[in-house]
Amino acid sequence: MIPSFWRKIRYRYNLTGTKCENCGRIYHPPRNICPECRRKSSITEVDLGDRGELLTYSIVHDAPESFKLQRPYVIGLIKLESGVVVTSQISCKPSELRIGMKVKAVFRKYGEDGEDGIIYYGTKFVPCEE
Amino acid sequence: MVGIVSYGTYIPRYRIKVEEIAKIWGEDPESIKGGLGIYEKSVPDIDEDTVTISVECAREAMKRVSLNGSEIQAVFVGSESHPYAVKPTATIVGEALSIDSFFHSADLEFACKAGTAGIQNCIAMVESGMIRNGLAIGSDTSQGAPGDPLEYSAAAGGAAFVIGSENVIVEIKDTLSFTTDTPDFWRREGQPYPSHGGRFTGEPAYFRHVSTASIEIMKRNDLEPEDFSYAVFHMPNGKFPVRVARNLGFSSKQIEQGLVVRYIGNTYSASSLIGFCAILDVAKPGDRILLTSFGSGAGSDAFIIEVTENIESYDRNQSVWKKIERKEYIDYGMYAKLRRKIRMG
Repeated sequence: MIPSFWRKIRYRYNLTGTKCENCGRIYHPPRNICPECRRKSSITEVDLGDRGELLTYSIVHDAPESFKLQRPYVIGLIKLESGVVVTSQISCKPSELRIGMKVKAVFRKYGEDGEDGIIYYGTKFVPCEE
Repeated sequence: MVGIVSYGTYIPRYRIKVEEIAKIWGEDPESIKGGLGIYEKSVPDIDEDTVTISVECAREAMKRVSLNGSEIQAVFVGSESHPYAVKPTATIVGEALSIDSFFHSADLEFACKAGTAGIQNCIAMVESGMIRNGLAIGSDTSQGAPGDPLEYSAAAGGAAFVIGSENVIVEIKDTLSFTTDTPDFWRREGQPYPSHGGRFTGEPAYFRHVSTASIEIMKRNDLEPEDFSYAVFHMPNGKFPVRVARNLGFSSKQIEQGLVVRYIGNTYSASSLIGFCAILDVAKPGDRILLTSFGSGAGSDAFIIEVTENIESYDRNQSVWKKIERKEYIDYGMYAKLRRKIRMG
C-alpha cells in the first residue's frame, strides 16, 4: 500500500492532472499517454484548480471497516472549473448536499494503516461557504 | 526589515459547549465558564489533524499574496500534537504546498509556543540571508483526558505566517525569549493525555514567563503599554490573558480584538497566533502590537510588531472572527467519537 500511495501523492495532495498538448484533452487521474492520440501524445502536467460544482453523489451507509467512523459518508462527482470531472469524498453531512452546489478542495486525512501504520492524506471537497 | 508577508488561519467548524461537557461530568457549567472564561471550544473533524490544519492555514497564507511554493525555502511546524512521533509534519506540509524540495524543514515542539519559535527561526534565516521566505506554522489538535479540567479548553486550530523581507504587511521590530525549567504541564512519551500541576500552572509558569518576556522587550525598546495599539498573550483560558494584560498595564480595549479563546478554546501552538491574526485583520498602518506566547515547560517568546502601509492592499476577507462564527455544535457523544475517546472493540 505505501509505495502505490506514495507514487501518487503529488496528484492526491493537489489537483494536478495531465494535458495532451496534441489534442488538448485533460486527464485526472493523470495519464502517461493520451488514449486518443496514442504515440502522438504530448503530455504535460496542469493545475486543475480547487473549485468546482457537484454533478452527482452517493451516500455510503454500509462503510468498509476503515470508514466506519465516518458513516454515512459522501462520494461525489465534481466538475472542476477546468472542466475536468473528478471523483472525491465530500466532507459534509448528507443534509447539506445539493446537486449543482459549489464545492472547494481541502486537504484531509484519507485513513491510516492502524495505530502504528502510515497515515494517508489527500484532497477532499467541502461545500463553498462564500 | 524582516516581517510578515502573509498570514492564514484555520479553525475547524465543530464546537462543543462547556454545558455539554459539564453535563457528562456532573459539574456546574456556570462556575466552569466563570472560572475559565471559556464558553465553547473548537473540535477537529474525524479527518482533520495537525497536518491537515497546517496545510489549510498555510495555503490561505500563500494564496492571499499569490505566493508560489518555489518561493518558500523553509517550513517549521510547531505543535504538541504532531500525528507522527517520528516523521516530520513539515515534510507532508511542504509536499502539499508544492514547495521545491530544496527547503529546510523541522517540526518544533514547545507546548503552546512552538509556533512562535518557528517564527523566530524564520526571522533569523531571512535576516542572515539563508532564505528569502520561510513558513512558520503553529497548529494543534490538543487533547485533554476525559473528566480532566483541560477537556473544557483543549481545542484545535492553526495559524501560518510567511516570513520575508519584501512587501511585508508588518515589520517585526524585535523579539526575545525567556525560558526556564518549570514543570507546570507535560506529557510523557507514549502517553495519550498530558498531565499538569494544577494551580502551579499560574504564577510560576504562565504569569512569570509572559510578564518577564513582555516587560523585558518593552524595556529594551523604551516602550510603555500605552505605546501599543494592541496586545495579545497566550490564551490557555479566558482569565489568564486578561489578568496578565491588566498586571502589565494594558487596557481591555487593547486586548479585546485578539481574545478569541472564549469561543474556540485554547488552540495551543496556534492560540496567541490566531489572536494575533484577528488583530491583523483590523490593524491599520502604524499600529504597534505586542505578541507574547507561552509554552509550558516553560518559556515565552515576545515580539514587537509594527504594521506597514502594505496592509491596506492586503486581502483580509476571510477574517478570524468570521471563521469563529462559522460553526456547528456537537454533543459529547460525537465529541468522544471524533477525538477517539471511545475504545473500539
